[in-house]
Amino acid sequence: MSGDTVITAREMGLVGCRRCTQVWPADTARCGRCGAALVSRDRLSLQRVWAWWLVGFGCYIPANLYPMLSTRTLFTVQEDTIIGGAIELATHGAPFVALVILFASVVIPLGKFFAIAYLAISVQRRSTASYHQRHLLYEVVEYIGRWSMIDIFVVAILSSLVQLNTLAAINPGAASLFFALSVIFTMLSAQSFDSRMIWDVQSRQKETEGAHG
Amino acid sequence: MDAARLLEPRTDLIVCPTCDAVYTLDRPEAGQKAVCGRCHVDLIAPRRKAGLQIIAISLAVLVLVIAATIFPFLTIRAGGRQNSVSILDAALAFSDGPLVLLALSTAALIVFIPLLRVLLALYVLIPVVLDRMPAPGSKLAFRMSEALRPWSMAEIFAIGCAVALIKITDLADVTFGPAFWMFSILVVLVVAQDSFMCRWTVWKSLEGLRK
Repeated sequence: MSGDTVITAREMGLVGCRRCTQVWPADTARCGRCGAALVSRDRLSLQRVWAWWLVGFGCYIPANLYPMLSTRTLFTVQEDTIIGGAIELATHGAPFVALVILFASVVIPLGKFFAIAYLAISVQRRSTASYHQRHLLYEVVEYIGRWSMIDIFVVAILSSLVQLNTLAAINPGAASLFFALSVIFTMLSAQSFDSRMIWDVQSRQKETEGAHG
Repeated sequence: MDAARLLEPRTDLIVCPTCDAVYTLDRPEAGQKAVCGRCHVDLIAPRRKAGLQIIAISLAVLVLVIAATIFPFLTIRAGGRQNSVSILDAALAFSDGPLVLLALSTAALIVFIPLLRVLLALYVLIPVVLDRMPAPGSKLAFRMSEALRPWSMAEIFAIGCAVALIKITDLADVTFGPAFWMFSILVVLVVAQDSFMCRWTVWKSLEGLRK
């Protein structure tokens, strides 16, 4: 089927279950097959998106200010923030790993904040920017969100493994908690977004075109 | 109550859950896929003998999760000292003060949620594959399993291991324990289990059940 001939459930006076795809009359409250609550368009979802987005962003700031790891060797104690640790790695001959870390804990989180904000604003303003590209952006954000947890797992592995009494010890810093919270809140923000709203403008355009033609 | 009045579903149609496009329901053959023409999301993707395969994989995952949690995972040696950790040790590394919360959620994300999802999948699928009545509460169980899907992070932990290893190979000598290999297989199986499962087919087979 081509994209132009698509009819939505809303136009047909129906509502589709987002969990099991069963189709019901528009005023059904709960899916009889899987028990999920049915809403044709979740307008309130944008408020949830923004609420989680703000808390997530709020947690991301201290995550970058506090140290992520504190490394104690024989004579020194060193505390590294996320960016500081990456710079340290880059200058000590592991530029590739530094890049991976910078990408996973700076580029991806910031990109996610921008992407979710852009999607939410574009829906609020009924933007007609490419539906396919925005849908792709939504899918990428949904998929990639979980992967930011890598950094937390690295800290967990390092700080449990490197406990060599006097010789060397690595311990997690306060930033790890904030970073984990930030990842979790951004995931919740992306999950709250009702992707069907991206396509609504297309349906409405089609209606007006039909009326004029 | 008005809201409780029974409404009939349109069983001849299917709606794309991500873009709301409506199609007439046409069940694809095993091995074929029904894909939304507008946003290209898979709607139905049945596989031959998927149920049996998923059950077999789930059982393997069950054994591996338990074993991989108990056995030593990584061992580090430097300057005559050595330290072995299991996956649970790694998860519980955040153990002082407010970081306890983080320790508990890490343990949940890499061990308990994957384990719970496997148990739920077995509970739902075994009766269905054996052509019995679905077990009571199957719908709730499958709903939970689906809701937990993004929070099951075993494969992300595996990549985290790789990064951590690169970071410390200069510092110390690291050897892999038996649990490391079990966990590697586990990750492949967990990913396979998710991609074999056709959600639509499972919901369809739970249709007759009341709850």
